[in-house]
Amino acid sequence: MRRAILIDRMATVVLWAIAGLVILILGAIIVHFLLAAVGTISLGFLVGDPSDTTVGGIGPILWNSLYILVLTLAITVPLGILGGIYLAEYAGEGPVTTAIRFCQELISSVPSIVVGMFGLALFVGATHWGFTALSGSLALTVFNLPLMARLAEQAIRAVPDDERQASLALGTTKWASIRHVVLPLAIPGIVTGIILTAGRIFGEAAALIFTSGLSTPTNYDFLNLNVTDPRSPWSPFHPATTLSVYIWKLNSEGLGAFVRQIADTSAAVLVIMVLGFNLGARGLGRALQRRITGA
Amino acid sequence: MRRSLTVSERLDPSRRITLLAAGLVVVLVGLLLAFISWNGIQLFTASHVPIAEVLSATWAPDAGAATSFGILPFILGTISVMAVAAIIAAPLSIGLAIFMAEVAPPWARAITRPAMEIFVGIPSVVYGWLGITILVPFLRENGSGLGFTVGFSWFAGSLVLALMILPTISSIAYDALLAIPADLRSASLALGTTRWQTILHILLPAGATALTTAVVLGMMRAAGEALAVQMVIGNRPVIPTSLTQPMTTLTSQITLDMGNTVSGEPWNEALWTMGLVLLVMSLGFVALVRVLGRRRVVGA
Repeated sequence: MRRAILIDRMATVVLWAIAGLVILILGAIIVHFLLAAVGTISLGFLVGDPSDTTVGGIGPILWNSLYILVLTLAITVPLGILGGIYLAEYAGEGPVTTAIRFCQELISSVPSIVVGMFGLALFVGATHWGFTALSGSLALTVFNLPLMARLAEQAIRAVPDDERQASLALGTTKWASIRHVVLPLAIPGIVTGIILTAGRIFGEAAALIFTSGLSTPTNYDFLNLNVTDPRSPWSPFHPATTLSVYIWKLNSEGLGAFVRQIADTSAAVLVIMVLGFNLGARGLGRALQRRITGA
Repeated sequence: MRRSLTVSERLDPSRRITLLAAGLVVVLVGLLLAFISWNGIQLFTASHVPIAEVLSATWAPDAGAATSFGILPFILGTISVMAVAAIIAAPLSIGLAIFMAEVAPPWARAITRPAMEIFVGIPSVVYGWLGITILVPFLRENGSGLGFTVGFSWFAGSLVLALMILPTISSIAYDALLAIPADLRSASLALGTTRWQTILHILLPAGATALTTAVVLGMMRAAGEALAVQMVIGNRPVIPTSLTQPMTTLTSQITLDMGNTVSGEPWNEALWTMGLVLLVMSLGFVALVRVLGRRRVVGA
């Protein structure tokens, strides 16, 4: 019996050590990038021109990342919420629902580089658009749409049935009660889901190499609002390297001290932004929850 | 009892519009399977490269008259780098899941849970970048006694991947452990067993299938990961024989070569065939997860 207690103690120590090790590694990664950021991130770097060979800069690249993020969300959020409503409120059991769920599961398992190849064939090749921000956003839509639908479905399902029945008992139509009762209650969950997805989209690179491409215009004129003009930063029809892709591209260009410093700083910006998305999702989700439930 | 839908319910426009949005995923999957399969078989149907050559170990796509499109090094590379990553990550991540579910006091759980979510969210290029700037130079400078020559290696690839899949596996494993009925724990502890005996003899067997599923999902992520692996593995198209030497994977080769090749030439077609192999592998993982899921239901 004493031996069993001794083994139990040892096991406890080992489990604590594993947890400590993992937290230590994560902490080291974050501290590493925060330290790399101190002194090197400046406004000049954030808005600067990447072809500048003395300071470097990620201005257009950061813009592309945000542009692709917003464009992808503009496509996936409405479609994902509608799909989530169907799955949570209308779908019964049957071949259609089974097929949808199976395909959702399938897409989430397809490697992002394969999604990138699919985007290359369909959105770059077959459409003759070439490497564009739009092709990149559509490729990202392929695997974020099912995710968004699933998140919306879970948020909607979490709304208590009483709310639906109370609304229907007042004689409203099913759609009206979804629109005015169920959906508002599901908003906090959906918003949290959106921001977490945004973090993923922001960090994604493999699917974008073949779709939004490895180059970018560097002389963006923000007063050029003509969205059909590929030189305009507002246009979806030009190649658009994102921050993640840029970091990958720098590594293949040889690691001089200058390149290394730029990539370090870029990676720090990326990590800080993704951390921001994560913390933002928690904070905003909680704040919305309080406001809507009136607690 | 389920009743069938009335006509007015069936024609309800909001029902139809939401169905279209939800059904879009089926169209996308269909298109994806069609495009990847069609492009993936061109190496055989358009360029008439024999299957035996494609399954050979010789990758020499630009050797003039003596070209060879053997993709075996890439397939074996993907499998071996994934296997070692799983061997490193599985015990650590399941240990962490046990810690979170059974051992951690509330304050420790309040740290580990959000930490896992942040961990999952770190982009893969960041892991790759850390690998290439810290891990690879470290192995090169300190690992020569163990046989590391350039630092870029099977081991470096597996270690980076292990770090990436660790939070994936532990999150799923944690949920699996929480799903085990509390009665089992209480019954075991009431017999006077220690906590570790309960974990080892009750919880691990009860959660075995779910924990296996967690590891399989982690392996699936490892097999499909592209950039982080490409950055640290050395990209040498050889059959992997040593943990300390450079090798390559399906994803690395696709990433590197896609931009240098022209659509329609056999080299490019071979990359699509590799993409198809990756797709088939991930479908295999989905099937495996489904089989495991069914076993869990039957065993319950």
